[in-house]
Amino acid sequence: MFMSILTAVSRWAIPFLLLVVPVYGFCKRLPVYETFVEGAEEGFYTAVRIIPFLVGMMVAISVFRASGAMDYLIQALLPLMQKLGAPAEVLPLGVMRPLSGSGALGLATELIKVYGPDSMIGRMASVMQGTTDTTFFVLTVYFGSVGIKKYKYALITGLSADITSLVASIYICNLLF
Amino acid sequence: MLNVVWLLLLVSGIIVAGLNGNIEVVTQAALGAARDAVQVCFNLIGIMALWLGIMKIAEKGGLINGLAWLLRPLLVKLFPGVPPRHPAMGAIILNLSANVLGLGNAATPFGMKAMQELQKLNNDSKEASAAMCTFLALNTSCITLIPATIIGVRASFKSADPTEIVGACIFATSCAMIIAVSLDYFFRTYSHWGRK
Repeated sequence: MFMSILTAVSRWAIPFLLLVVPVYGFCKRLPVYETFVEGAEEGFYTAVRIIPFLVGMMVAISVFRASGAMDYLIQALLPLMQKLGAPAEVLPLGVMRPLSGSGALGLATELIKVYGPDSMIGRMASVMQGTTDTTFFVLTVYFGSVGIKKYKYALITGLSADITSLVASIYICNLLF
Repeated sequence: MLNVVWLLLLVSGIIVAGLNGNIEVVTQAALGAARDAVQVCFNLIGIMALWLGIMKIAEKGGLINGLAWLLRPLLVKLFPGVPPRHPAMGAIILNLSANVLGLGNAATPFGMKAMQELQKLNNDSKEASAAMCTFLALNTSCITLIPATIIGVRASFKSADPTEIVGACIFATSCAMIIAVSLDYFFRTYSHWGRK
């Protein structure tokens, strides 16, 4: 029941906004189409402005991953993970999660395919994928769009949240399933 | 901080590939990722234009200010550096609401709008403001009620109950959010970055 309400809300949210906002603007006597175009133009420039930032970050992450350096990091972290009660198979996903959204989704899909969605590994992979955002992507894109080059403590905060979410995912899966 | 992380990712990758004798992987990965990054931005252009267009109407019609007014008591506590009536507040609310509903492609444009408004308060500095750090702490650890993509993946591999992981996700994200907001508060208040 609760789930079907949630699903309905997320399915209706976008059409609802597309209907309500322009109609509301029209009632307020705004030139709705011209106002839309004015805002849309800002969207275009913002998307273009983040390109250099995203190229820099995605190249570094991709080199780190493809070279095998990430596998060494995973090896180094493995004993720690086993202490927490996580199967070794899910660790690559935990390391990938903050780095690359598409990479993490690929790993999670692979784990679910190989071990089955209702296995412990499949469930842990699902929960890890379903929590926290791709920290590096969010920071790169959001800061890049306004030309911020010094992130101060934002990266430490974001990565701490990722580690917390990884540990909490393992804990709750061991508890629930 | 970021300079060091970026350099470490590159240098460690190149050294490992060199020692393992497959240095050509680095070239492929670097060129491929550069192309992918532009593709990601290219895909964003249309979505950004659509949502910022809709948002402009909502903003000029006063809809966003109304929304911000509702949540003002909470926002004022989280963002002490932002004037309560500033347009940044509205954009922050829209971004977080879109995240909670799992509307990732609507969340990004609203988030960038919020950053632009925060940047105006930051005097166009090259350095992140405290409010930006708080916003991103909330954003990267934001609860999603329906992690639609992974539910879809589970369903496609014939899970007996694709949505059974939702409760666990909400628990794990809540933990992450509590840590993120607390750490952010700590850094903002006590670290050398915050005192400046």
